[in-house]
Amino acid sequence: MTLKIKSIHKNFGGIKALDKCSLEIKKGKITAIIGPNGSGKTTLFNVISNIIKKDKGKTYFDGKDIARLEDFQISRLGISRTFQEVRLFRNLMIKDHLEIALSDSDEKLMQNLFKKKKYDVKKIKGILNLVGLNKSLDTFATDLSYGQRKLLDLAVAIAKPHTLLLLDEPVAGVNPMLRKDIKKILRELNKRGETILLIEHDMNFVMDLAEQIFVMDYGRIIAEGKPKAIQNNPKVLEAYLGD
Amino acid sequence: MIWPYLTHLLILIGIYVILTVSLNLALGYTGLLNLGHVAFFGIGAYTSALLTKAGVPFLLAFIIAGIFASIFGYLLVLATRKLKGDYLALATLGFSFVIYSLMLNWTGLTRGPLGIPGIEKPSFFGLTISSTYSYLIFVAVICILSVFVIYRIVKSPFGRLLEATRDDEMGLRVLGKNTFKLKYKAMMISAFFAGIAGSLFAHYITYIDPSYFTIPEIILLLSIVIVGGIASIKGSIVSTFVILLIPEALRFLALSSSILGPARQVIYAMILLGILLLRPRGIFGRVDLE
Ligand SMILES: Nc1ncnc2c1ncn2[C@@H]1O[C@H](COP(=O)(O)OP(=O)(O)O)[C@@H](O)[C@H]1O
Ligand SMILES: [Mg+2]
Repeated sequence: MTLKIKSIHKNFGGIKALDKCSLEIKKGKITAIIGPNGSGKTTLFNVISNIIKKDKGKTYFDGKDIARLEDFQISRLGISRTFQEVRLFRNLMIKDHLEIALSDSDEKLMQNLFKKKKYDVKKIKGILNLVGLNKSLDTFATDLSYGQRKLLDLAVAIAKPHTLLLLDEPVAGVNPMLRKDIKKILRELNKRGETILLIEHDMNFVMDLAEQIFVMDYGRIIAEGKPKAIQNNPKVLEAYLGD
Repeated sequence: MIWPYLTHLLILIGIYVILTVSLNLALGYTGLLNLGHVAFFGIGAYTSALLTKAGVPFLLAFIIAGIFASIFGYLLVLATRKLKGDYLALATLGFSFVIYSLMLNWTGLTRGPLGIPGIEKPSFFGLTISSTYSYLIFVAVICILSVFVIYRIVKSPFGRLLEATRDDEMGLRVLGKNTFKLKYKAMMISAFFAGIAGSLFAHYITYIDPSYFTIPEIILLLSIVIVGGIASIKGSIVSTFVILLIPEALRFLALSSSILGPARQVIYAMILLGILLLRPRGIFGRVDLE
């Protein structure tokens, strides 16, 4: 698995959300994108999954140009992602979320017309255990607290068959205890061989988590490197202090 | 006196149950704010009436009525694929108008406002359904079959994807599901059943004209679905009975017909308002649309 992005440009009206943005991530590692609010991090994810059409530039996944694929086709290639705002199916239960995520295709109408919903309870429980969400499988998404919804969102992204996990601010708005738990989860996933690209606003959160960090400001990558080097990079400090 | 009248009411209710349950499949389960359902009903009615007049056997015309409405369902989703919510509702309302104008102005085919009289009673396998009682049995069989099929669809893994599409289409797409496909399939099934309901209607009253397929009809169908509950089949069925029967009770109050019409509208409005205030999710609804 490799993800490579070359010279992406994206304007919203007069705003340069992405400005000649390039990056490449390595298999089996946790890579982080940090940067002040509005620096274009989320837009970069949306361009990768083709939810937003870029103006210029290239996106490659496994050496394949994915620019012309639709968002759901890109997902099927093995890119699983979360959104900054938790996206759940409010009227569905926890088990339905995971069951939907576990299969990678559309359920065929005719083959399913007279089938009941089945659940791979063992697999579902395994994933819920991993993220530490101890709720009944029959709980509706609307009945979960914010933190629980954040965990279910993460569980869904993990359940979906993938080789690359894109996480947009997995700990945004989460209490300090849960932050630590989620950090543990991400480490555990990485130990199991997952490749993770995560967006985080807070520099400190990724310092002891990511192996490689990209720093964005005004749609540009202004620095990249190991956490230590990033921490002492004057350009980075300026971007954050200027925030 | 009361029995033929009751039979007549039950036939209409049977047809409306097919209409509202199928509308709920698109609107309630899939989240497609469709104001074009009445157009599918009309397409089915006209298709079946015109085909049988041209000598096509009833059963074939009945099926083609569904398939033809279904094709329009596909085209409607294709044409509105970028639209959501209010915009989708407006576009589908426009679709209703287009179909209505076609019925009204394509006089060579539809005879326009004169309508199509003398539509034959259904006959198949050598038997003709001529009495009201036998028509009720026929409608009941089709109605139960239709509800059963739609019930199985919404309870299946496919139905779960429809509900997920309604709740968060983007969230489902990034899980690798082609929501456009899901939406047009749901709409095609929904339209199919509206189409066969149209056929049942046309061959029952034996005369149709464009005025049966207009705005008041759209409002009636929507009210029934909302009162019964979004994404509740049981709700749509119960609500169809309630909404179609309550105004009928007025008839026994010996009101003059000039009061009866407006009184019916007032009662519908009051039921709808009461439900929206007291039980915003409808009688049996559990789902809320964002
Ligand atoms: N859909 C959009 N329409 C218009 N402007 C947008 C849109 N999405 C993002 N932007 C703008 O692009 C810039 C980058 O936003 P975003 O990628 O969300 O930043 P970040 O995730 O780093 O906080 C911001 O100025 C934001 O207002
Ligand atoms: Mg963001």
